[in-house]
Amino acid sequence: MDTFILIGITGIGLGALYFLVACGLSLIYGLMGVLNFAHGAFLSVGAFAGYWFAVKLFPVTTNLSFALSIIVGGIAGGLFALLVEQLVIKRLYNRHIDQALVTVGVSLVAAAMLGGWFGHDPLLLPTPTWWYNAIQIGEAFIPVDRLLYIGVSLIMLILFVVILRFTRIGLVIRAGVENRTMVQALGINVKLAFSTVFFLGGLAAGVGGVLIAGYSGGVSPYFSGTWLIYGFIVVVVGGMGSLGGSALAALLIGISRQYVNYYAPGLGDFVVVILLALVLIFRPQGLLGKVSH
Amino acid sequence: MSALSISDLRVEFSGSQILKGVSFDVRANSVTALLGRNGVGKSSTLKAILGIYPHAGKVELGGEDISREQTYRIVQKGIGYIPEDREIFASLSVKENLSLAELDDAPNYELAYSLFPELKERANQRAGTLSGGQQQMVAIARALLNKSQILLVDEPTKGLAPRLVTEVADALARVATETTMLIVEQNLALVRRIAKDIVVMDQGTVVFSGGIENLNDDDFVHRHLGVSVKGH
Repeated sequence: MDTFILIGITGIGLGALYFLVACGLSLIYGLMGVLNFAHGAFLSVGAFAGYWFAVKLFPVTTNLSFALSIIVGGIAGGLFALLVEQLVIKRLYNRHIDQALVTVGVSLVAAAMLGGWFGHDPLLLPTPTWWYNAIQIGEAFIPVDRLLYIGVSLIMLILFVVILRFTRIGLVIRAGVENRTMVQALGINVKLAFSTVFFLGGLAAGVGGVLIAGYSGGVSPYFSGTWLIYGFIVVVVGGMGSLGGSALAALLIGISRQYVNYYAPGLGDFVVVILLALVLIFRPQGLLGKVSH
Repeated sequence: MSALSISDLRVEFSGSQILKGVSFDVRANSVTALLGRNGVGKSSTLKAILGIYPHAGKVELGGEDISREQTYRIVQKGIGYIPEDREIFASLSVKENLSLAELDDAPNYELAYSLFPELKERANQRAGTLSGGQQQMVAIARALLNKSQILLVDEPTKGLAPRLVTEVADALARVATETTMLIVEQNLALVRRIAKDIVVMDQGTVVFSGGIENLNDDDFVHRHLGVSVKGH
């Protein structure tokens, strides 16, 4: 039973990281139709910024320095996303193939530049001493970092929900996901919403990047590749543009992957692909996505 | 004086010419009906005026050239739009649909709710769960919140039950007394009730511009619109 609980909570923790990667991707695609392959670069930039901040400014890692490195990573990811949107993607709206090509290019360039600055070997993110501790829940000993992933993702989810539900820009974003043209026909500059969504998506990815660097034992220029693939799977399974769908799909994929990998070693990824295929066949709009119009 | 002046408006999609040089004026403080058979380019004309469709040619609003402006700037300059098929935001509440459309500092909810009191009662209901008629009320109400120089209205009674057609027609008739309007409408009874001028289109071009009295001529109506006066 303790193993079952342990795997369940680590699965939720993994799902929380998937959610941080996927929520921005989902909103960006839902609102703008941009298939953003540069999203992995937002993750990397956030992770490296967090790493740089933690190493350069704090010789000794404290709870405060670690918390600040997560915030710095998030802001760096958000600003980088905004930069990419303003310099590149803004000029390519409605040119989907060009967007895909250019965002792939941005991700390659970003990885090369990060490699030039930081080297290509994994760099260990300084974490507080409690990072490798475990706390007892029932009979299970749960690694503390998993709970941190869950907590941070919940905070990001709440932040996104508050912005989307209770602000004017959130209202524009929700309407834009449904019908961007009609939002403009109401006299609203939807591009402001585009930039906001890019910043928020980059923010979540940057925060996720720092946490993933802790989870995976280090940060390197190409470490975000696999996570980006899982991010896309979460977006497709959850439904493009649906924040709730991303959260649900991230949990589903994180938990099922962990359980299957434990009880049928090596088959975790296979189950995720099966899940993706089932959704594409029987519910192509995703679990909580709407039928496109 | 023209509230809106269209000159040589052309729209092309994938090599196919949808509008082939449309030109007409909309008089200020008047209602102009844009008529024609299905597929002749009436809705495309409205979308081109709004900048939703890429186009060539000139569009002047109150003498100002707005041809190259983006859609949201055109609307901010004073063109209200009630689209065909309502295009309300289904996942938003009625209240959110309306507040999204607020551009003026003092949006005119009084007018919107006096025309459609039902919307006030259903403020928190998701717009996607409304009937077709109620959705049309939302689409009209949101266009009336802001003071527009001209209102573009695209088939407002399309697909509505007869009782709702009357309700929507009454509302538009009341709005027409205060607002310049360019309306695309198949319901000739409504057109006769509110319009003073008509513009008839065929195959992407204007084939007639003139007064509403022409709609009393059976031969004219049959020739241009393919229907009989008696039936409408």
